[in-house]
Amino acid sequence: MILTKSVLTAAAVSAVVLLAVAPAAAQGRLNVITTTEDLASIAREVGGDRIDVEAIARGYQDPHFVEAKPSFILRLQRADLLVVVGRDLEIGWLPPLVQQSRNSKIQIGADGYVDASLRARILDIPQGQITRAMGDVHPLGNPHYWLDPDNGKVIARAIFEKLAQRRPGDRVFFEQRLNDFNGRIDAAEKRWLAMMAPYKGVKVATYHRSFSNFADRFGLDVMGYVEPRPGIPPSPQHTLDLITEMKRQNVKLVLVEPYFDLRTPNAVGRGTGAEVLVMPPSVGGVKEVTDYFKLFDYDINLLITALRKVGAAPQ
Amino acid sequence: MRTHYVVCCGLVVAVLCGHPSRGFAQTSGEQALRQEIDQLRSALADIQRQYGERLAALEARLGAAPTPPAAPAVPEQAQTPAAEVPPGAAGAGGPTGSLPIYGAASAASKIFNPDMAVIGDFLGAAGHNEVSPTPPLELHEAETSLQAIVDPYARGDFFVAFSPEGVEIEEGFITFPTVPGGLLVKVGKTRAAFGKVNTLHNHLLSWTDRPLVTNNLVGREEGISDAGISVARLIPNPWLFLEATGEVYRGNSELFTSSKRADLAYVGHLRGYYDVTENANIDFGGSYARGHNDAGVVDDVDVGRFVTDLWGVDATVRWRPLQRAIYRSFLGRSEVIWSRREQPGGPQQSIGYYASGDYQFARRWFAGVRYDRSGRAEDASVHDSGQSLTLTYWPSEFSQIRGQYRRIRYAEESTANELLFQFQFSIGAHGAHPF
Repeated sequence: MILTKSVLTAAAVSAVVLLAVAPAAAQGRLNVITTTEDLASIAREVGGDRIDVEAIARGYQDPHFVEAKPSFILRLQRADLLVVVGRDLEIGWLPPLVQQSRNSKIQIGADGYVDASLRARILDIPQGQITRAMGDVHPLGNPHYWLDPDNGKVIARAIFEKLAQRRPGDRVFFEQRLNDFNGRIDAAEKRWLAMMAPYKGVKVATYHRSFSNFADRFGLDVMGYVEPRPGIPPSPQHTLDLITEMKRQNVKLVLVEPYFDLRTPNAVGRGTGAEVLVMPPSVGGVKEVTDYFKLFDYDINLLITALRKVGAAPQ
Repeated sequence: MRTHYVVCCGLVVAVLCGHPSRGFAQTSGEQALRQEIDQLRSALADIQRQYGERLAALEARLGAAPTPPAAPAVPEQAQTPAAEVPPGAAGAGGPTGSLPIYGAASAASKIFNPDMAVIGDFLGAAGHNEVSPTPPLELHEAETSLQAIVDPYARGDFFVAFSPEGVEIEEGFITFPTVPGGLLVKVGKTRAAFGKVNTLHNHLLSWTDRPLVTNNLVGREEGISDAGISVARLIPNPWLFLEATGEVYRGNSELFTSSKRADLAYVGHLRGYYDVTENANIDFGGSYARGHNDAGVVDDVDVGRFVTDLWGVDATVRWRPLQRAIYRSFLGRSEVIWSRREQPGGPQQSIGYYASGDYQFARRWFAGVRYDRSGRAEDASVHDSGQSLTLTYWPSEFSQIRGQYRRIRYAEESTANELLFQFQFSIGAHGAHPF
């Protein structure tokens, strides 16, 4: 018995010694991990080749329901910066990953934890009493705020400030890239607004509340949702109500995120004669959308083609 | 004090009344007026100074008293408590400026309240089971969780289970996520990292019950859950996720019995994880646990000094297509556990396992099967076996209704055919979904 005990003690001691060997500190380029591909694209714009960027969630994946896979822990362990969408979008999967990352730099409140939403323009902040009877409601407002190019600039600035703080020597480089990005966004936004101008006020229905900021910026009027409440799957009664309301208001477009089932939206389309569009709300949502600019290019072209097809005019 | 007040008021009245009357008398003398004002100013300043000196003297006399200075408290009380409008809210149709906080101090304290949630687990059973019957209807458990960040170095988690048997701290521990050396340290009462099922709370299981092998070899529902220290570290390698966990426990749980301070229980676990594709992955582990058992305890004295050793291997295969992640998924899992229990009459070596598969065929629907077979820790010559079918419906992320048909062939030559059902509902903070 004594022998067993001493063997156990020796094993425990050697395990502790083995476990205590510190990992080599990361050197060289800043390692930036973002939760979504949109943030990764913006981070790439600002950081250029002086940072490594990787996103956790894919653009064609529902960002509310990402699995907290242990392989993400390994990526977070090496991260210098973690950029998150915030507003509770990642509440269902990010906290355990951050906690298990053993990385003090990216813990909530630490220097390397960047909540990109802090200065963004946030819509749909619920008023009055908030309960789950409202579905999976976000008490801090709609987290899909990156679909407004102005918020893209806000996100870029938040990332820039953190990069400049971490690499003061590269501040000028990052600042030039930030200014360049802002300039290109401004120019592109003018173009996008001009393209969408003839359709200002056109009514659309969407599956989830992913397009509030997009609609707000580009003048669409979201009149209803395929989901009866955020995060609650469609019900027959709600679908019928939506069809009736869409017919009444002569709504000719249903926008669906790539990760939702098309059965109910197609039924709505058949019931109303509306066009059902699978419209990516994120970079990587479809193959062609490889960066933040292409996201708006793709979505706006898709919308305009469909609007022309259904002959929609502002109400 | 009152005298000063009267003097002061009198002076103010005199100033207010005296000034215009003199003004009327000398309407032409602007200079005289200025002089008058200057005089009054200096008189007021004198009084202020005198007042200040007297106050200072009074304060000095009361210096020994612990009363805090009253002056700064006044403006604080006068202020209406307010919170800033969340960033970005302005212009969104929301309120602008400061938002009032009602209930001042209590509202401010809520900010640091832990995230709270209660999960109700209601169980029902029909059919017959002579060996291990459960109540026909029962609120089996109300699990309350309280979770928050403690300080920049740690977070705290409490899970308190209220059940018909009483109140029990299911888990209560502090986690230090950023200890030097890449360690993740937990201190408190925790469910031991032995295999998969032992680490899971009831509401995270794919079934209404726990497998036979858990009941027979790993300490039933409570399992190895004890006060102790857990240290986990990732093992760097270029191929896969590998994590080693070492744990030391007091040695008192459903499985182990410690009658001496030195009779600790030890648990070790090695976990590997590998992404086969972005949709599929495998998760596997090996576990070991050792501690004293109750076979040799007579009148609270461990005369037998008997020990139980447990070895376990587990494997999980997951499939979930990323783009249809909320509609389709599959989870296949198996655990094999060997038990070596020393007891009077010689050690008993038993083996048990389960294999299960759960398929999500719609956003709200899951179907599953499980096969069970396990020896008994105290008697290796007998074994129980069982089969289960489950069907689960999720009205939302926060509630779940489950039915399970279970057939168990017990070693006593008795067969139990049961229909078990479960309602689970969660209120409160949105906890993260464990993987």
